[in-house]
Amino acid sequence: MNLDDLYRRVIMDHYKSPRNRGSFEDDALKIELNNPTCGDRITLQLKVEDGIVKDARYNGEGCSISMSSASMMTEAIKGQTVERALELADNFSLLMKGEDVDFGDYEDIEALSGVNKFPARIKCATLAWNALRKGIDEEEQHK
Amino acid sequence: MIGSAIREQFPILNQNVNGHPLVYLDSAATSQKPRQVIEAVKSYYEWDNANVHRGVHTLGSRATDAYEGAREKLAKFINARSTKEIIFTRGTTTALNLVASSYGPSAVGEGDEIVITLMEHHSNLIPWQQLAKKTGATLKYIPLQPDGTITLQDAEETITDKTKIVAIAYVSNVMGVTHPIKELAAIAHRNGAVIVVDGAQSTPHMKVDMQDLDCDFYALSGHKMLAPTGIGALYGKRALLEAMEPIEFGGEMIDDVGLYESTWKELPWKFEGGTPIIAGAVGLGAAVDFLQEIGMDEIHSHEKKLAAYAEQRLSEIDGLTIYGPKSREVGVVTFNLGDVHPHDVATVLDAEGIAIRAGHHCCQPLMRWLEASSTARASFYLYNTEQDVDRLVDALIKTKEYFGYELG
Repeated sequence: MNLDDLYRRVIMDHYKSPRNRGSFEDDALKIELNNPTCGDRITLQLKVEDGIVKDARYNGEGCSISMSSASMMTEAIKGQTVERALELADNFSLLMKGEDVDFGDYEDIEALSGVNKFPARIKCATLAWNALRKGIDEEEQHK
Repeated sequence: MIGSAIREQFPILNQNVNGHPLVYLDSAATSQKPRQVIEAVKSYYEWDNANVHRGVHTLGSRATDAYEGAREKLAKFINARSTKEIIFTRGTTTALNLVASSYGPSAVGEGDEIVITLMEHHSNLIPWQQLAKKTGATLKYIPLQPDGTITLQDAEETITDKTKIVAIAYVSNVMGVTHPIKELAAIAHRNGAVIVVDGAQSTPHMKVDMQDLDCDFYALSGHKMLAPTGIGALYGKRALLEAMEPIEFGGEMIDDVGLYESTWKELPWKFEGGTPIIAGAVGLGAAVDFLQEIGMDEIHSHEKKLAAYAEQRLSEIDGLTIYGPKSREVGVVTFNLGDVHPHDVATVLDAEGIAIRAGHHCCQPLMRWLEASSTARASFYLYNTEQDVDRLVDALIKTKEYFGYELG
């Protein structure tokens, strides 16, 4: 078991210097999700206009894996169409199953591929992405 | 006969995990099982397996003897007055829920009070929360001191003549706090209330005596005291249990069944609907034998020593916070390592072959009170040694370094 597979420098960078951490003051779509088995919590906020994720922010409490994953995710989905954001979420699921996935401009995310070797930690990495799916679901229902 | 000498009787401990000899420090979650218990369950299935209380055949009698024999052992182990006071359940959760569901509504009404602490495991909190909601009773909390203990004065003030049920853990699964059950029972009784004790973390580690504590109900889990998962027990004073209605109906628990009316078996069987956890009970009986051969006082003092040693060694680590009282009666030590998240701590420790728990420990209200979203917990049992503590400390120092400077 090599810990460096899990804790890559880029992950710790997102953990220690999170991107898009915070909240919107207006009534942007808000999704709260927690991981009841370990106590990790995330509040994700999305601004979706004309089928495009204009902006995203998150707040939460959790381990380096769950929080860095949220930081990377918000970077990746900003400016994407809702369809593309969901596609990224699907790609992330594949990454967690150990498949090779190319995240293009958002290659930071690929650093999380090592989580796959630590089954107990996969739910940490997927928390933010699950919040995204839930958010987009809610957004679609409001249409 | 304890610590390293006893280790070899636990086959699971003799293995490498991630290239290191396993150090198991998660016994508060579940204990490991000695060969004697594993063999008892195996032998039951290889020789005696049959359903209980009905077979005329030899195996049926043997299975019944084994099952009821385990009940007798457990009754003696916790010094109940009679086996009628021992109901086998799936574990502590089921036992506490049985009290809340059966005794609860008959004893608690609108305007009454149920008193607990915010340190309770979810299994000794939610059943009472639900009961309060259903009956219109008020749920009250005995305040905690900064080190997680409670004072008898606070208990006196919180428990009033409106209080019908006091529910509290003997030992906290997070803080390692031991509560003064005997004194609390006296306060509860003076106010006309019953006391329900969550004994999941006390029974495995110290001598418990139902008659001396004078508690009304006491719940325990087998799997935390060397027995298999899926078996536990509810102790209840006979008069209380006699007056209670079963909550599960079916086979095993009936006396006479008519088209429109039925009657129940006598205690303890009226609460044991369906085919019981026979092999589990056999395993629990073997676990009780094993614990008694060593002696609960011996086990208790071993753990106290280990906890004190762990406390001392852990406090040498700069930036490590230990939660809970200074001196511990049992081997549960909860901590955080600077700003390294407990999951990350647990993952690095696992890579070193050390198993600890990280998370909220089924105590979300307590975590909020501690202002920690989660914590790391090392818990010890009779098979742990000072070397295990040393391995833990070395690995924690490594963890600190890893998250400080050595990221690849």
